[in-house]
Amino acid sequence: MSLIEAPRTPTRGHRTGGINWEKWGWIYMRASGVVLIVLIFGHLFVNLVAGEGVKAIDFAFVGGKLADPFWIVWDGLMLWLALIHGGNGMRTLVNDYATNPKVRKVLLIGIAASTVILIILGTLVITTFDPCPAGADPALLPSFCEAS
Amino acid sequence: MSTAVADNKPAAAEVVPTFTATLMIRRFDPEVDEEPRWEDFDVELYETDRVLDALHKIKWEMDGSLTFRRSCAHGICGSDAMRINGRNRLACKTLIKDLDISKPIYVEAIKGLPLEKDLIVDMEPFFDSFKEVNPFLMAGPVKGGKERKQSPVERARFDDTTKCILCAACTSSCPVFWTDGQYFGPAAIVNAHRFIFDSRDEGAGVRLDILNDKEGVWRCRTTFNCTDACPRGIQVTQAIAEVKQAIIKGKP
Repeated sequence: MSLIEAPRTPTRGHRTGGINWEKWGWIYMRASGVVLIVLIFGHLFVNLVAGEGVKAIDFAFVGGKLADPFWIVWDGLMLWLALIHGGNGMRTLVNDYATNPKVRKVLLIGIAASTVILIILGTLVITTFDPCPAGADPALLPSFCEAS
Repeated sequence: MSTAVADNKPAAAEVVPTFTATLMIRRFDPEVDEEPRWEDFDVELYETDRVLDALHKIKWEMDGSLTFRRSCAHGICGSDAMRINGRNRLACKTLIKDLDISKPIYVEAIKGLPLEKDLIVDMEPFFDSFKEVNPFLMAGPVKGGKERKQSPVERARFDDTTKCILCAACTSSCPVFWTDGQYFGPAAIVNAHRFIFDSRDEGAGVRLDILNDKEGVWRCRTTFNCTDACPRGIQVTQAIAEVKQAIIKGKP
């Protein structure tokens, strides 16, 4: 025990190994942002501009898109990247502006929960979507189902 | 000879025009006030006067209890950073005539640091962050010869960040620092940058490790408030971005 602290003793502890979440979070925001620009504008172009434009969007259009593995991967990637990007952005806002520890905890749990629930629900819909489920009431099915 | 001297007698001194400006100053006396309060002063000033001159006039001629810090009064020491009309500036570098004097000029202490009295804040948390980044040359014995040689190009690499006068205008303009005093703040990162990119220094790894922390450079939101506030014109946000890049690459 010395009475005087050694000079240059850091006044706060430094991180000792482990994953640096702040750094990877920062890198993720940049990387996902670049990919999302391509994905979102591609999505908007295909849905709103290409072919017949916005008039083409109906149940059959969505059904057709989600029958194609290419669009399942595209939409799935967009869903995961965008929700984690948005969730992490809101976490950052809470860290910056919510000073009350209780409020902060509630908000952070709320953001995490909504992100996880939306990702699970969205992934479920994208991967298991079937416009013509077998054994359903024919009156409830869209017209193009009769063909198959 | 004597007549010549008499002829050169200057004409009666011209009256230098003055104008009156109103200063609203956020006062706080910890022995009396519970909360800071705004107090207004009408001051007669010259065209050439700065906010610091107005504060002097108030302190010396109107209310001696007004408390503020200033040392050199010429923009070098960094003692008199304050929030003037909502912007962090040095009182000694802000000319009154450059402000809108048809309205009162609002002067208050810089934000985010504990207020002590009137325009004085406790700078210790600010200097603690500064100390944390080891703001001194870390280098072993000189290899070959007696000098640590540096080319003009190597010197230019960190020239911008050598200009810092530690006035805290940048750190106290940072919205992240306002809500979380744990953040190192722009000034500490600027002073780390000054040594990280110095070719003579060998402690870059240590400093990058320190800034690669939860409260380090990753908390920077690139709002550019610090670059706007810097009275020395340092490109603070760019310096922080360069430190981020150096951390990702693992070397300056």
